[in-house]
Order: sequence, then C-alpha cells, then structure tokens
Amino acid sequence: MDIHMATTNNIDKPEKWDIYITPNKSLFALDLGAIWRYRDLLSLLVRRDFVSQFKQTILGPAWFFIQPIFTTIIFTVVFGRLANIPTDGIPQPLFYMAGIIIWNYFSECLMKTSETFRTNQGLFGKVYFPRLIVPLSVVTSNLLKLGVQLLLFIALYIYYIFQGFELPGLLSLIFPLIILFVALLGLSLGLIVSSLTTKYRDLKFLIQFGVQLAMYASPIVYPLSLIEDDKKWMILMNPISSFIEMFRFALFGQGHVTAVALGYSVISTLVLLVLSIVIFNRVEKSFIDTV
Amino acid sequence: MKDIVLKIEDVSKQYRLGEVGTGTLSHDLNRWWHLARGKDDPYTSVGAVNDRSLKANEDYVWALQDINLDVCQGEVIGIVGKNGAGKSTLLKLLSQVTNPTTGYIGIKGRIASLLEVGTGFHPELTGRDNIFLNGSILGMTKGEIRSKLEQIVDFAGVAKYIDTPVKRYSSGMKVRLGFAVAAHLEPEILVVDEVLAVGDAEFQRKAIGKMQDVAKGEGRTVLFVSHNMSSVRNLCNKGVLLENGRISYVGDVDETIDHYLQGGSAQKVHFVEFDDMPLPIQFKKIALAQIVEFSEDVEITMDIKVNESNPDYTLGFIVFDSKANCVAVSTYDEYGLKLIDQNHLGEIQINATFQKKLLKPGTYSIRFTARTINGEAIHTVEDTIFFDVRDTHTYRGLKGMYRPRAIIAPEVQWKKLN
Repeated sequence: MDIHMATTNNIDKPEKWDIYITPNKSLFALDLGAIWRYRDLLSLLVRRDFVSQFKQTILGPAWFFIQPIFTTIIFTVVFGRLANIPTDGIPQPLFYMAGIIIWNYFSECLMKTSETFRTNQGLFGKVYFPRLIVPLSVVTSNLLKLGVQLLLFIALYIYYIFQGFELPGLLSLIFPLIILFVALLGLSLGLIVSSLTTKYRDLKFLIQFGVQLAMYASPIVYPLSLIEDDKKWMILMNPISSFIEMFRFALFGQGHVTAVALGYSVISTLVLLVLSIVIFNRVEKSFIDTV
Repeated sequence: MKDIVLKIEDVSKQYRLGEVGTGTLSHDLNRWWHLARGKDDPYTSVGAVNDRSLKANEDYVWALQDINLDVCQGEVIGIVGKNGAGKSTLLKLLSQVTNPTTGYIGIKGRIASLLEVGTGFHPELTGRDNIFLNGSILGMTKGEIRSKLEQIVDFAGVAKYIDTPVKRYSSGMKVRLGFAVAAHLEPEILVVDEVLAVGDAEFQRKAIGKMQDVAKGEGRTVLFVSHNMSSVRNLCNKGVLLENGRISYVGDVDETIDHYLQGGSAQKVHFVEFDDMPLPIQFKKIALAQIVEFSEDVEITMDIKVNESNPDYTLGFIVFDSKANCVAVSTYDEYGLKLIDQNHLGEIQINATFQKKLLKPGTYSIRFTARTINGEAIHTVEDTIFFDVRDTHTYRGLKGMYRPRAIIAPEVQWKKLN
C-alpha cells in the first residue's frame, strides 16, 4: 500500500504560514489584533442582540424603561416605606434607581457572559473566530441598554432638581469610568464562570441564585453608612460595593467611599480581568472537547 | 511544483473516553501535579487506537494519530472513511475549533468551513441580516459582504425572502443561504463537510459546480468530506482515506474510493446486524455486496426474525440514488407471495436479486422495511446501507459514456435496419 509520508524532517518556520496551529499552551495569548479584525462581527452581534430581543413584542424597547421603573417603585415601597431603611438623605426613588441600573448592568454582563460557551456551542464547534468577541458583544449591547436607562435616570434627576434637590457636582463626570469598571468586573467574573462551567456544570446553578443573593451583599437597597463601622469590611469585600457607593457619591455627594476600599475594588477588578482572560484563553482552545 | 497551501505534520488528537465531566477533577489535579513537577502529562502516553468495534481498555483514545499531509493550491481533496474514522476531527483541527494534542498545521491564506444547516443563523433575523452576521462570523468585513450581497442572494435563490425572518425558511433554503455565504467568502481553502445531502438536486448541482469553479477557475483548494462516493468522484481529483484515525491511503480519487469500499480487510460484502427487538417482525442481518458490477445482478440476503405469525406481514426495500431520488421500490408481496406461512415463527432467510444492467454507475443507498401489506412500517432500516455500482467491462463504462442527466442506464440495442 502506498502510504504517503510528508517530508517530516523539514520543520518549517511558523512565519511561512498565515495560520499556524500548534498544541499551544501559552498562558497569556490575548490576540488584540484578531479582535480588532473582527470588529464588524462585534457590531453585528450587538445589532443582533438588539433586533432579536424585541421581535414579536408589543412594547418593544419600552421594556428597557418598564423594568427599572417598576423595580424602583417596589423597592421604594418595600425597603423605603415599609422597612424604613434610610437613604443618606437622597430621595428614595433616585437612590434606588441609581443602584438598580448599575446592578442590573453588572448582573446582566455577568450572567450573559457566563453562558458564552454553553449557548454558542454549535457555532464554536464549527468556525473559529476570537471567542472573546461574544462576551465583548454582550457587554457592549448591555452598555447601550444602560445608556437608555440612564436617560430615564437623568429625567428623574431633573425632576428632583426642580423639587429642590441639589445639582450634581463636577465629580459626577467620572461616572463613565465607574461604569467601565463595573463592566470589567462583570465581564471578568462572567468569563471565569463560563470557562469553568464547560467542565463543571454545577456552577450554572450556583450563579443563578448567587447573583440574586449577591445583590443583598452589595449596598443597593441600603447605603453603606447604615452598616456599623466595624462590620463595613464585610460588605466592602465585595468589589462592586465601592463602585456603587462611588457612583452615588459622584452624583449625589452622598456615600461612604474610602481610598483604601476603592483601591481594593480597582485592583481586584484588574486582577480578575487578567485571570479571567488567562482562563478563558485556555478553555477556548479545548472547550469543544469537554463541553 | 505548485505551492503547498496546507501542511499537516505529525498531528495527533487525543480524546478522553467515557463521560467527560465526571471524575475529571481528579485527572486534572493529577495532570497539574505532574506538570508542576516538570514531568510529562501522565495521560498523553496512554491511549488506544481509535477503533470503534474494539472494546476500549484505556481511558483515552487517539482520534487522529500521526497525520501527515501536504495539500497544494487548487487541489480538490475528498476525505473518505467510515463513521468515526476521524474525518470530522481533522476538519475541526483545520478550522481551529480545537487544538491538536501534538504536531502542527500550517495554512496559507484564509480557511472557511461551511456551517452546518442554520448554525450561526439567528431565526428571528431576516435573510439579509443573517448574511451579514454569517459572513462576519466567517471573517468577512461588512464592506466585503455588501459588495457580494447581490451574488450571494442570487446564488442562494432566496431573493424573494431576503427580508423575511430565517425561521420561516425551509431547511433547504437555509442550507442554500449558508452555502452561498461561505462560497462567496473566497477563502483560499474551503472546507465542506457533508452539507450537500440536504439540498435538492438542482442545488446540489449548483453547489458542486460552484466548488468546481472555485477549484479550477480560481485555483483555490477544497477539502470535501462525504459518504457520497459519486459526489466525491465528481468533484475531487485527489483522495485521502482515513481508517481508525490514521491515513491509510492518499492518491488518485478513484483508487482511494476503491480502497475505501473494499475496506482495509478486503471485506467485499457489507453486513448489517441487529439485536433482538420487541417487534413482531424484524431484520436480524442484511448482507449485500459493496461494489456491484453493472453487468452483474444485485443480490441481497436478509435474515429476518418473526415473533408473531401474521400473514399480513411483508418486507421490501427502496433504492435511492446519491441525490436522494427514489430509483426503485420492491416488496415481497407484489409478486403475490406470502412471507409468513401459518404458524411459522423464528428466523427466515430471504434472498432478493434484481436485474443487472439497469442501475447507472454511482452510489446508491437502500432502505429496508418490514411492514404490513397495508403499508404500516414495523422495522425500518434507514439509509445506512450503501452500495456502489461500477462498470469496468462494457464499452460505455470504459469510455465513461454515461449521461449525467439519465436516471437509469438500461442496455439499449442499437441496430441499423437498412
């Protein structure tokens, strides 16, 4: 039988090829160039999320508003009126809505990103493109949603200014930076969860109720100032806590932020980001074999 | 010498057998512990040869082993092999969906694999949106897609439905659209995996024509995986036979198909066996030749098992050609025969022979049914049995004079009358 043998001794240099596939084990191989080349895919995925989300709905994008409005009303009634939780002197609806839209953005980034590998299994099993595009598209399309919700928030804010609530200071201009960090934190945690769920499906269940419970471990329905000083660290362990307090401080001038706590949040977000990209890169190469 | 556009060197791929996901934590820890001490991965040294029929004693299996292959520009390569021989694994490695365990692959230019039906399509989006989405998944930019949009729509033949959500499309339309996008990507290497089985005859012709254009006209390379020997023969100029994860033959496409059909162990007759089932009547074994000479009868032997004596039971088969056209149907009762005599239980052996010099050379699949004479199916053996008709004796066969449009090839006596 004529068994074909290629010229085995002639190991070619990788530079000769446009695509060079090896059993690559390098830890940190973030190919930003590839992500940039696929930027059109990113924008089309964002568009897909937007267009498909409201197909066959009557209210369409109005759902962006309905959800935070009703949550704000419920929180105002339950936590504000019934439980009488103080809000640092900020009007209750404003206080809750600020928390809700930031928390929603974080939890949507986390939850949707954590499903990356599972929901795209069919696609990932057939074609290669930088997998990071998919979680990035999730973060981006949720960012657009957040933008829309911020308009609602601003409208509410203007209403309260007319009611005599003070104008936001110059510090409020740093709010995009806070949102960026919230996004990175949600993305990183989501990437880690999605990478680990390909092998250990238990995490899927953990994340479902974990995120719900985590909201109560963050200062969303209560201000951090409500917590006794010697127990504040328990809430501040959660890296998002300082971002939420900072967001309120920037906008309303009220909030409990220390340099140490904020520094801790920023550093842990960056560490998680690097860690998540390392794990994600490792998993994206072999996940189709284990999923 | 032509340019080598794809080089596969010493590539192997190992998979874990059994249930992935349970007990892997201990393996992961063990592996990590070994690697952390600078030792070899304890699991890459073990691993059985990939042979489905042997009971595996190892936890790991080599889906591909020591694959070496050079592909030159413009070659159209048919990759054939039994189920589980490693064809899809090889394509997965080429499309970078998963990484090899050892070895390397070098590719020049872009490589695009044809998506399976509907993969990457979002059902709620329109055809147009999906062309853009699918194209960009394959690596095209929006500008490139826009410039080819008209051609793609034209080729897929879905102009009327282009603004309709894809969920309203028939499955054939989805395949056509998917193929059209990938074919217009103009990749240097196009990978096609068993996709043509879904479309209708007209589309299959179009798709094969397009692939031939891509290969011959534009000098691109095509890797084609199929169980359909007649499309492989039509399209490819080189063949690769995979057996148990290894390349067992590379060469001329006809030679490769011969090797494949004859099987590594020179087994010419194809047997399909079935376990006992709780059915009143069932097939136990079906045997027919894998390669039938045009000038020989087609002989099929069926062992059936009768558990319930019912004079209404009969059996039959349907022959399909490679384009899924039904070529012939025959049942036991159509000749007025009773399959089961009174109180006849147990195993019966049946032989069915049909006429030579009728089926045109090509690949046929055959479906067997045990059923009642009223047409109620009891045991159906779906199209898993194939045979190949060859003509290596007649003038027509030797000269390759069979007309592509003809469905059958009866022997016609031509005579001058004056």
